[in-house]
Amino acid sequence: MDGFLNALVVFANFVFLPGLAYGAQLALGALGVTLVYGILRFSNFAHGDLMAFGTMITILVTWWLMGMGINFGPLPTALLALPIGIFGAVAMALFIDRFVFRFYRKQRSDGIVFVMASVGVMFVLNGIVRLIIGPNEQRFADGERFLITVKEFRDLTGLAEGLAVRLPVAITIVVAIMVVAALFWFLQRSKTGKAMRAYSDNEDLALLSGINPDRVVMVTWIIAASLATIAGVLYGLDKSFRPFTYFQLLLPIFASAIVGGIGQPLGAIAGGFVVAFSEVTLTYAYKRVLEYLGFAPDGLVQLLSTEYKFAISFVILVLVLLIRPTGIFKGRVL
Amino acid sequence: MSSRTRKLLAASVAGAAFLAASAAAQAEDVKIGIILGFTGPLESITPGMAASAELAMKEINDSGLLLDGKKLVSVRADSTCIDNAAATAAAERLVTTENVSAIVGADCSGVTIGIVNNVAVPNGVVMISPSATSPALSDIADNDYFFRTSPSDARQGKVISDVLGSKDVKTVAVSYTNNDYGKAFSDSFVSAFEAAGGKVTIAAPHDDGKGDYSAEVGALAAAGGEALVVLGYVDQGGVGIIRAAVDTGAFETFVLGDGMYGQSLIAAMGDGVEGSYGVIPGTEGEGATKFAEAATAAGLDPSSSYTGESYDAAALIALAMQKAGSTDRTAIRDAMLDVANGPGEKILAGDLARGLQILKDGGDVDYVGATNVELIGPGEAAGTYREYVIEGGEFKTVQFR
Repeated sequence: MDGFLNALVVFANFVFLPGLAYGAQLALGALGVTLVYGILRFSNFAHGDLMAFGTMITILVTWWLMGMGINFGPLPTALLALPIGIFGAVAMALFIDRFVFRFYRKQRSDGIVFVMASVGVMFVLNGIVRLIIGPNEQRFADGERFLITVKEFRDLTGLAEGLAVRLPVAITIVVAIMVVAALFWFLQRSKTGKAMRAYSDNEDLALLSGINPDRVVMVTWIIAASLATIAGVLYGLDKSFRPFTYFQLLLPIFASAIVGGIGQPLGAIAGGFVVAFSEVTLTYAYKRVLEYLGFAPDGLVQLLSTEYKFAISFVILVLVLLIRPTGIFKGRVL
Repeated sequence: MSSRTRKLLAASVAGAAFLAASAAAQAEDVKIGIILGFTGPLESITPGMAASAELAMKEINDSGLLLDGKKLVSVRADSTCIDNAAATAAAERLVTTENVSAIVGADCSGVTIGIVNNVAVPNGVVMISPSATSPALSDIADNDYFFRTSPSDARQGKVISDVLGSKDVKTVAVSYTNNDYGKAFSDSFVSAFEAAGGKVTIAAPHDDGKGDYSAEVGALAAAGGEALVVLGYVDQGGVGIIRAAVDTGAFETFVLGDGMYGQSLIAAMGDGVEGSYGVIPGTEGEGATKFAEAATAAGLDPSSSYTGESYDAAALIALAMQKAGSTDRTAIRDAMLDVANGPGEKILAGDLARGLQILKDGGDVDYVGATNVELIGPGEAAGTYREYVIEGGEFKTVQFR
């Protein structure tokens, strides 16, 4: 019995908890991408760098708060700074929409033109973030690091293996649940949310029934930028902030959105966890888990070396597009 | 002859005389190239390295003894540490345009190999690297033009294996940075450790610059071991691996290669690295003390990485010139081992004037310098390492190996 429990604890420590946190972060990012796609009808390649921009503002405000001697007790100060970071990212998103995307909307340009414009926006944001905070790694997590450490867990349970629950992981999961609940309530129940869904379903019909398109676009950007900043800050707290890493997150985020069915908020969440758990479970070496279960494997029992993590997103993307282009939740076909 | 033609002629003559005069002035100057990664991953330590090399040059110039009063002039160039094409172009400029007599550099192993192959050997220029430690440089086809004042990582792998042996550690996991340095370092460590009867459960690479290393640590933890040997960079993936390993409780003791030494490690990890240990090239003795005094007086930090090695590289070039009695590139090469190794009068750092005088009088010197220079085999330092342990949030020296 002990063997089974130990196997379970090892699995939870190295696979389940990291996958859960990473999945929640991807899901929040993918929600933003999917909303922009559903309502504005283009793939926003600048989403990763919008995440980096919002996170950067949050970090700068966090440092300022720390400098003023303000902290959030056991919780990271960055949570206090988060609203200002969201505000900054929203302002930036609206600014970009006003001066870039609105022009193409007026022209009624093709989707591909929007996508290319968003690539340009991506590079500009990329540069701005590097100019302001630099290309290096920044760590801004403070407060308590652990809810429970490996040692405490071992002492508590008497098992040979320990389970560490880091505070940022717990925060990620709690915040993600809150945000997703609020978002779904907003989309399903509020008047603006309903207007957004109507606009997404059929633009012309929505316009005929008196929905103000400018307002829908504005609210979409506000939500997308807020989600991007929250996802970015949670990722940064859990792991670390580096502009290039955020740029790279674009791939798993798009994979998540497409796997779940692009344009489908529920799909984005499911897709986030599918991609995250695929990455973690396929690159984990199961030797120790199997040993506790009574097997004695010679090798490491690792399906793929950890360097292939990013390749997994690609493979999932290709497989989904080949086999079920609409994704799990029947989104639009790209 | 019209007055205008005469004026033109006079101007030409004056110009020619001026050129001749400046050429004469240049004949007194001997250019030494310093090619280091002033930009790139090592940019924080290269200014100290270049300044240390220039400190040795200044000491020689102040003595006025080099080849009847010739002056050394340093010409800096950027190796970028990682961009082979840029490094080769910079070295090409030093050798052809600046016409340097010898080169101090380069710093990173990858670009050093590139410069040796493409510039130093084809043009026949001596290169002394203070910090390229890849074992691949030991058997590079260099026509003896390449030297280094730092030891090969093959030696460091052996030293780490010895340290583990002395602590009776039998099984370890290895995580190395995914580049020339890390791969060769890991290979040499694994073969040394297994030859000594130890067992390496896994030797896996990690990529620098990622946000998350939990997957890498998951594999390392599955393989297990008494300690985790980390052969990476302290400001890069190496510390990421340690952080993830501490967070998940995968390993408690870390064994650190030279790239992992830095105050930032303790600042980042605190108690997590308490009791961990490692090695770093380092020497004790009179030469090191003398160098530390001279460097501190010149406003440099002598404990910064590879400063002593840089000083020694520049000093060796000057002594070899003096021994050869010329600034000819090949003559410098041929005299190098004579001045670096015995027999002869021992010359410490800060004592270069005496060395030049002895050589001028036809004597023999054995350059010891700041880092106990002894060039073995293909012209590389034998190498002494400082074994340290992290205790109470500080690096404590255990012994020299």
